[in-house]
Amino acid sequence: MKEGVLSKGVGSQASVVRQITSSVSEIHKKIVGGRKPSMRFPLRSLSNVRYSPKKGHFEMVGKTKERTLTVSTVKTFAQTLRMVALSKELIETDDFATKRDAYYQTKNWDEARCDDQVESDTIMDDIESFYGLNKEQLGFRPDEHGGLVAGRLIVLDQEQGTGRSLEVDCTRFGSGAYGIPSAVEHLGFKTRAKFILAIETGGMFERLNYHRFWDGADCILVSMAGVPTRAVRRFIRRLADEKKLPVYVFVDCDPYGIGNIYRTLKVGSGNNAHLNAFFCVPQARFLGVTPQDIIDYKLPTHPLKDVDIKRAKDALKNDPFFRHHKEWTRSLEQLLKMGVRAEQQAFAKFNLNYAMNSYLPAKLAHPEKFLP
Amino acid sequence: MTRKGTKVARHKAGDRAADRRKSKSARAQLELFTAAKSEPVKTHEKASPAPPPAGRPPVNQSPLTATRRATAEVLAQKQREISVSEFFVKNRHLLGFDNPQKALLTAVRECVDNSLDACSDAGILPSLRIEIVQRAENRFRISVEDNGPGIVRGQIPKIFGKLLYGSKFHTLKQQRGQQGIGVSAAGMYGQLTTGKPVTILSRTGPNAAAHHFDVTVDTKKNQPLVLRDEKADWDVKHGTRVTIELEAIYKRGRRSVDDYIEQTALANPHAEIHYAPPNQEALHYPRAVSVLPQEPKEIKPHPYGVELGMLMRLLQDTPARTVAAALKNDFSRVSDKVVAEVTKSALIKPNARPRDLTPSDVERLHAVLQNVKLMSPATNCLSPIGEESIRAGLSKRFVADYVDAVTRPPSVYRGNPFQVEIGLAYGGDIPADELIDLYRLANRVPLQYQSSACAITKAVLSVDWRAYAMSMSKGALPTGPMILMIHIASVWVPFTSESKEAIAHYPEIIRELRLALMELGRRLASHIRHRRRVADEAKKKSYIDKFIPHIGIALRQILALAEREEKRIVTTLRQTLERSRERMV
Repeated sequence: MKEGVLSKGVGSQASVVRQITSSVSEIHKKIVGGRKPSMRFPLRSLSNVRYSPKKGHFEMVGKTKERTLTVSTVKTFAQTLRMVALSKELIETDDFATKRDAYYQTKNWDEARCDDQVESDTIMDDIESFYGLNKEQLGFRPDEHGGLVAGRLIVLDQEQGTGRSLEVDCTRFGSGAYGIPSAVEHLGFKTRAKFILAIETGGMFERLNYHRFWDGADCILVSMAGVPTRAVRRFIRRLADEKKLPVYVFVDCDPYGIGNIYRTLKVGSGNNAHLNAFFCVPQARFLGVTPQDIIDYKLPTHPLKDVDIKRAKDALKNDPFFRHHKEWTRSLEQLLKMGVRAEQQAFAKFNLNYAMNSYLPAKLAHPEKFLP
Repeated sequence: MTRKGTKVARHKAGDRAADRRKSKSARAQLELFTAAKSEPVKTHEKASPAPPPAGRPPVNQSPLTATRRATAEVLAQKQREISVSEFFVKNRHLLGFDNPQKALLTAVRECVDNSLDACSDAGILPSLRIEIVQRAENRFRISVEDNGPGIVRGQIPKIFGKLLYGSKFHTLKQQRGQQGIGVSAAGMYGQLTTGKPVTILSRTGPNAAAHHFDVTVDTKKNQPLVLRDEKADWDVKHGTRVTIELEAIYKRGRRSVDDYIEQTALANPHAEIHYAPPNQEALHYPRAVSVLPQEPKEIKPHPYGVELGMLMRLLQDTPARTVAAALKNDFSRVSDKVVAEVTKSALIKPNARPRDLTPSDVERLHAVLQNVKLMSPATNCLSPIGEESIRAGLSKRFVADYVDAVTRPPSVYRGNPFQVEIGLAYGGDIPADELIDLYRLANRVPLQYQSSACAITKAVLSVDWRAYAMSMSKGALPTGPMILMIHIASVWVPFTSESKEAIAHYPEIIRELRLALMELGRRLASHIRHRRRVADEAKKKSYIDKFIPHIGIALRQILALAEREEKRIVTTLRQTLERSRERMV
């Protein structure tokens, strides 16, 4: 896939429509010929990805599943085709539907309607992987937002409607911050910052922003608010690529912070592996909190929950990324052995600004020690 | 004449004739009652309060030192005979009259059991009319009418006005009543709570006149008091109608009279029952089969089941002159060879007079009898309902998709023949999301209380119904649209207590129950699975109709097709899918 596919140019819209029409014509021909049509999808699971250390992200192995139209699959097949029809309509009318909007659109489909949004989201994911495109190209948008930016960065955007260029200065949001939009391909950047610091929680982000941490440390702060959305991942990736900035990640020390938030940011997800080349940040490095930090800083902890333990064991067993990096295998095993987790806000035990004044500076002095 | 009731051990001058008709061995029966009164120390007719003891020492201040409070003579003044009837008054719970709701059920049950047993003995297809009329808030009048053989005039007062009088107590035979004090107790309960006598209308045949009796029990003397005895006009050929007024509470639902009648109808598919509950529309349970069940035969006791006390009484009462003859004649399955073996190991002379045996002789004999190798008792004495009749009864009563029944071959526990049979109804109108209904029956009589103490319940719980496509949580009956009707027929049903509510956990009985349940379970599972497959098929077929049009719509929208083309797509695709389905089926 070329990078250009992600732009919103008119030509690419026409090509998506062509792609849709030709695939559906194929199905039409089969039906009329008295044969059963089928669709082939890449398998969307961790078992279909491989970690490519050279490229720095998950890539698909190439396992596919074929869905042939039979009595058992006729419902999903009908729903998928109706969703494709909606997508084509959206592209042709230059409109969009959020995932939630699309879910309500299915309510027009009588018996084929979706009973909850999970059902319509799954159909959308199917279509994405079937065409090897992303939602936005198909006229859909995610509901979730998330992703705030503060610090030494000027974002180059356009005024909605007029198209006049705008310069958004991320140092000038006062107590607020710049919100990352769901489409980021058109954005440009101006910065002289030395690095990007991606943070798990809004609480920590706000503290650092309040004390203008970015000023002293000369950096750009990004709040991910949990697992980063595609837009956040793409935003950080483009910014880091364009401005050649290192990316440091500061999350809770638990299997969720490490296995879900950090890993998804760095190498992408197993679910839509065909898009990982774009929606990942291979240059990301893990600043903390590491299991070793819990010991070194004598952090207050909570016991690992059953779901945490399961997640960590699963990562060690099935996740190609963690299996590739010995350091990670060791760290996760260490965490399991300790049986505890610690939040990034646990430093507040010493004093409220300990993380900002002591922990982060100490860590940032030795980025070479960050986990891969 | 066999009417329910129980024999008394006591001899009274006026009862000589009746006593001669009773089976001999009955005399020593019913320890429950006789023990309390057979050896009265001294009888005082008047229950006047004991006079203050003359030389009674002052009450001791110290609790540590025992002090004589009364002399034997003083105590003797309080000791007097207790009549059976008085005993009943104080212990009505033993007979199922512990509360007004249960009293109604017990009274109806005693009457119905009697009627059904009488019809069975006479070889008549029973037709019953049961009526409950509410007289006041807590007062009901029950009447049960049958088309049985009727009762001869002279017996009527004793049967209904004297406790422990009847014919069934010591017969080893499969019948409904086996030990209850019976209908006279129900009548006495009515008398105690309302003061009304039992009314009996009976006719023994078209050529005999019908008799109308009003009878009460003299509770002190346990003697009938006849208040009315006259000829009556009654337009039935033969039969009996018993009417009792009593204090009671009528409730519907589980353990109700309604429930009892329902289950009785199921267990007696050869009976026709008209039932008029209070203030409601009358119900009719038509006959499901028109053949009388095989008549249960009376058998002699088998040595394996005999208790020591019973063996002693048998040897006391036997007309046989030698031990050998007594053993051979009064027991089943005892041959000459067995007699020789048994007497030899018990160190008893075979030709000794039975009455001359010492208690220790009998004890040895009893021990030897339990260990000797014997043939199992004859099992042709049992009269099961039968698979056909169970199925017919269930199908008549329930709107079910599936009805099945198993009658196991007869088996033996402790020398008593018994037989297990189970009917099963599944699906249809039976509620699907509740625990199953379990009907327990012993000799065709519904057991409605103490379910959890019963061997039947235990056996049902011990089967893993999940293996048979039912859902079941731990320690509970399975859940699903199912009714299980479990019948145990035996010459002596081993109840856990006198109240005849639960069956004891004999391993032989549990084993038979489990075998029958598992057989039914296996067949049920294949039915359920088949049904699911059919339902699945139907659902898939409806999928085709529901969703193919949407494929047509989508293709038309995406490819901008004409309406005609959309129709062609839908038709062709439906044909394609249905063709491939047929290949699969």
